Amino acid sequence: MTIEATQSEIGTSTDRPGVANSRGGTIHPAWVRLTHWVNALAMLMMIGSGWQIYDASPLFPFDFPSGITLGGWLAGALLWHFAAMWLLVVNGLLYVGLGLWTGRFRRKLFPIRPGQVVADARAALSGRLSHEDLSVYNAVQKLLYLGVILCAVVIVLSGISIWKPVQLRELTALFGGYDAARYVHFFAMAAIVGFILVHVVMAFLVPKSLRAMVIGR
Amino acid sequence: MSGTRKLRKPIPGVDAQLLIRDAAKHLPDPTRRFFLRGGASLGALAFLTGCDIVDGPTAESVLQKISYFNDRVQGWLFNPNRLAPTYPDSMVTRPFPFNAYYPEEDAPEVDKDDYALEVGGLVEEKKTWTLDELYALPQETQITRHICVEGWSAIGKWTGTPLREFLRRIGADTRAKYIWFRCAEGYSTSIDMATALHPQTQMTFSFDGEILPRKYGFPMKVRIPTKLGFKNPKHVMEMAITDKYLGGYWEDQGYNWFSGS
Repeated sequence: MTIEATQSEIGTSTDRPGVANSRGGTIHPAWVRLTHWVNALAMLMMIGSGWQIYDASPLFPFDFPSGITLGGWLAGALLWHFAAMWLLVVNGLLYVGLGLWTGRFRRKLFPIRPGQVVADARAALSGRLSHEDLSVYNAVQKLLYLGVILCAVVIVLSGISIWKPVQLRELTALFGGYDAARYVHFFAMAAIVGFILVHVVMAFLVPKSLRAMVIGR
Repeated sequence: MSGTRKLRKPIPGVDAQLLIRDAAKHLPDPTRRFFLRGGASLGALAFLTGCDIVDGPTAESVLQKISYFNDRVQGWLFNPNRLAPTYPDSMVTRPFPFNAYYPEEDAPEVDKDDYALEVGGLVEEKKTWTLDELYALPQETQITRHICVEGWSAIGKWTGTPLREFLRRIGADTRAKYIWFRCAEGYSTSIDMATALHPQTQMTFSFDGEILPRKYGFPMKVRIPTKLGFKNPKHVMEMAITDKYLGGYWEDQGYNWFSGS
């Protein structure tokens, strides 16, 4: 109640598409939907093949069952990984570029107020967080979306430093060297997989959000 | 899978795709290459793309084409003056891991007296080299990181002659595209000329202060700190300077050819 009131204030002050939505306009423009689903496909291929690559020399005392990996064996997985990386990076650059250029990131993801994050997290955990207006992200969503974008930057840069530890030795050194970069790459993957699990569960709990990401409204 | 093309001709009552998949199940992993067995990723991909692109010859040829494209990108990224990081003696991994596609006791035994390195292809001097002749060449030591295609790495200390110095002495045509290496047990690999001329690419005769042990490639390996471990051939018996792409043992099974670090 108080939370919803605060939220709608933030909505009106920071989000212009919210107004459009009340007129039945578009929540997610076509470029967001397109890059979202291309990214979903690219990530599925990167994570599935990445798990198979991990299995060739595990960092921890476990490996990924072959039923959920992509590539069949190490060489196959590497072929998938280094093919899907082009899709991931080109699509990712397009998404981040348009997100910055159109001002969508600034409008949708900022400001993130710590107090609001705590309040929205409490509301979410007690099932009282409203998802009425999909064009406005609550503070927890903002934090998670921004966090996963940062994880994406880290996973790409750490991946490049594992791939080119000589040609890009300064970048590899930034991650603490070749071996450390492998751990960074792994933990960034784990964070992204954690995000995906929550993200998919939420999409099914609020089905109209899934619809909005498919048809835009 | 050379039989694939023949099987794709329709045979009454036989589903070629199923037949291939069934046959593939019984092959050992390296032979099966990157064909996929079922699984969640496969199902999800087929669902998302609406077609079964992740199995069979189509996926294989598309992925291989992208791998060739990645060879060109890596060749372009390769800076001939960029040195691999070097480390102090105290950081050498001891004992250094043994790694091959055969167990350690099966490592080839090359007789030092019979050994004669064959040099062929686009060179002025096609003579063979005895071990004493090779040992007489100027030598350097490097402490660099060996990175395996599997992901692990180890720091080693290798001593030998820069390959570019040897290529100069034999009058190799350095405008040629490739250097191909043949090893005692049948292994082979090939590298690009730019990498062959890199100052740290070395014909190695010693490891960690001792004559190269059998398990690390006696009598000679080629140490390339700008490439993954499998591109560093051991027990090298022959090298050829060539314009012809000859691939290699692992490369022919689907590993990326350039595999540069």
